[in-house]
Amino acid sequence: MKIPAISEEDLHAFADGQLSAERASEIAAWLEQDLNPASASAPAHADAAQQVRDWRWQKRALHAHFDPVLEEALPPRLAAAVLAGAAHEDRPRAPAANAARWWRMAAMLLLSMASGVGGWYLHDLSGDDVHQRGQAPLVLARQAAVAHTVFSADMRRPVEVGADQEQALVTWLSRRLGTSLRAPKLAPLGYDLIGGRLLPGQSGPVAQFMYQDAAGQRLTLYVSHEQAQNRDTGFRFAQEGRVNVFYWIDGQFGYALSGGIARSELSRIASSVYEQLTPVSPPTPAPAR
Amino acid sequence: MFTRQARQQRQQRERQADEQAMLACLPRLRRYARALTGAGEAADDLVQDTLERAWQKLDSWQRGSPMRPWLFSIMHNLHADARRRAPPTTVALEEYDDIGQAQAALDPGVLLDLETALQLLPPEQREVLLLVVLEEMRYEDVAATLGIPVGTVMSRLSRARERLRRLLQGPGETLPGSSLKVVK
Repeated sequence: MKIPAISEEDLHAFADGQLSAERASEIAAWLEQDLNPASASAPAHADAAQQVRDWRWQKRALHAHFDPVLEEALPPRLAAAVLAGAAHEDRPRAPAANAARWWRMAAMLLLSMASGVGGWYLHDLSGDDVHQRGQAPLVLARQAAVAHTVFSADMRRPVEVGADQEQALVTWLSRRLGTSLRAPKLAPLGYDLIGGRLLPGQSGPVAQFMYQDAAGQRLTLYVSHEQAQNRDTGFRFAQEGRVNVFYWIDGQFGYALSGGIARSELSRIASSVYEQLTPVSPPTPAPAR
Repeated sequence: MFTRQARQQRQQRERQADEQAMLACLPRLRRYARALTGAGEAADDLVQDTLERAWQKLDSWQRGSPMRPWLFSIMHNLHADARRRAPPTTVALEEYDDIGQAQAALDPGVLLDLETALQLLPPEQREVLLLVVLEEMRYEDVAATLGIPVGTVMSRLSRARERLRRLLQGPGETLPGSSLKVVK
């Protein structure tokens, strides 16, 4: 077989799969020639074959070592860097438009993560069979977790309207959601309201209240008024990375309390939120696990 | 009025596409940064700087062309700038002609793990190796990303592979094949 001269460059390209199928098969044949005892040039080819094997081993080792990074949850600060840059491009930027942009990014993060690109996904850790009960509540928890991740990481503008205008904030959000909202008081539990914002939900606006403790730990309460199922649920728990979420449906309202704190502490706060918003008997607690 | 609205809508669609493209590149940017800089926060710092720079100079990206090489190019430039400001210890090791000697000085008798070995490559070689092997970029794309000729890509790739092989093999051990000459 007549084969054009083979350089080391060809061997690299062969190992890297950057050759035409025709040239690759020529080189494969050339490398295997040393298996034929009749071949006079067997030693040199054996060297080349060994080299290609070494390179391929390196490739496998590098992928094995670094590919897990692809599956890691995206750090909020990197999501924020994309968002901040995008927001920076908009001038002038109205708060509402800005929020819409952030939310759109968050939604995209969620989509890309759901499809496995970023390796983000939400674990439903409640005892309920989600499929039996329908996906809507889990969607609520997901949106809340993403909104929490995106906005609680924002140091410059975590809220649209600050708690110094609490009444105006609540009135504004109530009007936009078309219902009467209240911001639960969590100060006795160590968390002060720092403000809130309006976000686009699946079929209408949703509200996000943000709280912060003395150490700067932030919690967000996500309130949706678009729960068409109109079917109450008990407390459910979900987890996205380091964000824990308690969520529940109460009539048309969907609530989700998110925070990067221990499940037990979050549960205590969620109970308080529930009691304040629905002054009747609390829902069935999540089964202990 | 109508045309202005249409233009705004078009710009918004473009912006969304830009964001989505950038987002899609994020996991691979992180993987590359991790391999390039070693473990730790430094890798994500580099990614963050890259994203911020990318937004600043979005105009230099030709819409419609793949975003990944452009982002990697920005990351390369930032990393090269950082190296110039604070040369890491690996530069000194580049002076070692004998890798075995360099390795023996570090940890005699113990084989280097992959990550340490990688950090012992000169940064220029490490970049090329990672873009080819980890990112699986074509040689000409690597050349464009790093702003060097393809011939230089090939020679750095060759040296990087040989050096990595020897680092991972340990001193004294040589497999047949190490005598092959570098083309170019």
